[in-house]
Amino acid sequence: MALSVREYRARIKSTESMKKITRAMELIAASRIIKAQQRAQAAAPYARELTRAVSAVATFSNVDHALTTEPENPKKAAVLVVTSDRGLAGAYSSSVIKEAERLVEKLKGEGKDVDLYASGRKAEAYFKFRQRTVVQSWTGFSDQPTYDVAAEIGATLIEAFLAETDEEKTAVDEVHVVYTRFRSMLSQEPTAVRLLPLEVVEGTEPPEEGDLLPLYEFEPSPSEVLDSLLPRYVQSRIFFALLQAAASELAARQKAMKSATDNADELIKKYTRIANQARQAGITQEISEIVGGVNALADANAGSE
Amino acid sequence: MAGSSDKSLQVELVAADRLVWSGQATMVIARTTEGDVGILPNHAPLLSSIIEGVVDVQTAEGETWIAAVDAGFISVADNRVSILAERAEMSHEIDLEKARQELERAKEAGENDDAAQEAVRRAEARIRAVERAS
Repeated sequence: MALSVREYRARIKSTESMKKITRAMELIAASRIIKAQQRAQAAAPYARELTRAVSAVATFSNVDHALTTEPENPKKAAVLVVTSDRGLAGAYSSSVIKEAERLVEKLKGEGKDVDLYASGRKAEAYFKFRQRTVVQSWTGFSDQPTYDVAAEIGATLIEAFLAETDEEKTAVDEVHVVYTRFRSMLSQEPTAVRLLPLEVVEGTEPPEEGDLLPLYEFEPSPSEVLDSLLPRYVQSRIFFALLQAAASELAARQKAMKSATDNADELIKKYTRIANQARQAGITQEISEIVGGVNALADANAGSE
Repeated sequence: MAGSSDKSLQVELVAADRLVWSGQATMVIARTTEGDVGILPNHAPLLSSIIEGVVDVQTAEGETWIAAVDAGFISVADNRVSILAERAEMSHEIDLEKARQELERAKEAGENDDAAQEAVRRAEARIRAVERAS
């Protein structure tokens, strides 16, 4: 309280410039989020058609595939954590990481080793700081992921999943992804899903009574079609997760920046009030000093007369 | 399937990040791993892998659309054709000059490299698509 008016003025100024920054970030996030949602919508047809094709194969042929078979005795799991590259998005990254930690604990409780894969600088930094090994990390795209990135991540995870167990390393028996699901502008929830082995259960539409199921012809052969279909399915699922995470990140950032701007407003109001009080106190003091001085002079004069 | 008569196919050409083309068509030609396949209405259900190449669509209005696609799938059922590829472009979206340059670059990158070979095939498909369309 004992600061001078000048110091309060300086504080108000710096809060104002901070407010300008948070306001700008809020607006940027707000405009990007629409784009992110559009991208997520644009990617939906591919995912839908792919799911349809995969479930067609799964429903109409009895081919087993390495990516769909449950390992008998799962020993090792891989977890991909999808976070943002940059901060200032409220609890966005930390809540994904928390969810990932919960999953890791659960997997360890089941007696599985956990390999970590990180997407986004925040997850990378988190694990590095705690000196936990991350098998591979991908960064630099969190707010606008491309399909190429998803394809690369997918290829890496599939490779780890299909690798044979040998002396140097054990193969990964299951792959999980932790990302933030975008529900609405106001709510995004961290979710953990198991990616591999794939569970393809959803049939296209349940056939109606008397309706014949289409008997698919596969070219060149069901197993070969499945061979190229399933990796793409995995990649598209990862792409979906990345797009959802991007939309969530922007929504979280917009919300965080909005409350920061509101908070800056409050602070400015408070500081202005205190500064005015300090100014007034200064004036009052000066007046009482002058009055006191005049009184003292008058008293001295009165005594001498 | 609602909206599709016996005379036409409901076609969807989908890339990983967008819907490239969709509409009614009378015939679709695509290149599968086994060779070119033409799909007419009432085709038997088919699921096949396609390779980098050109997809030819004859629309119900008699127009011809040509697209260059990457490796992917074609699935046919109930007069519904979906062509899925990680990347797909309509012929009028392709920049011919750029495709030619890419072809040159990919050829220089090496004959033995798998990725380069793929890039060569992709660039060739794009150039073919433009040439067919013009």
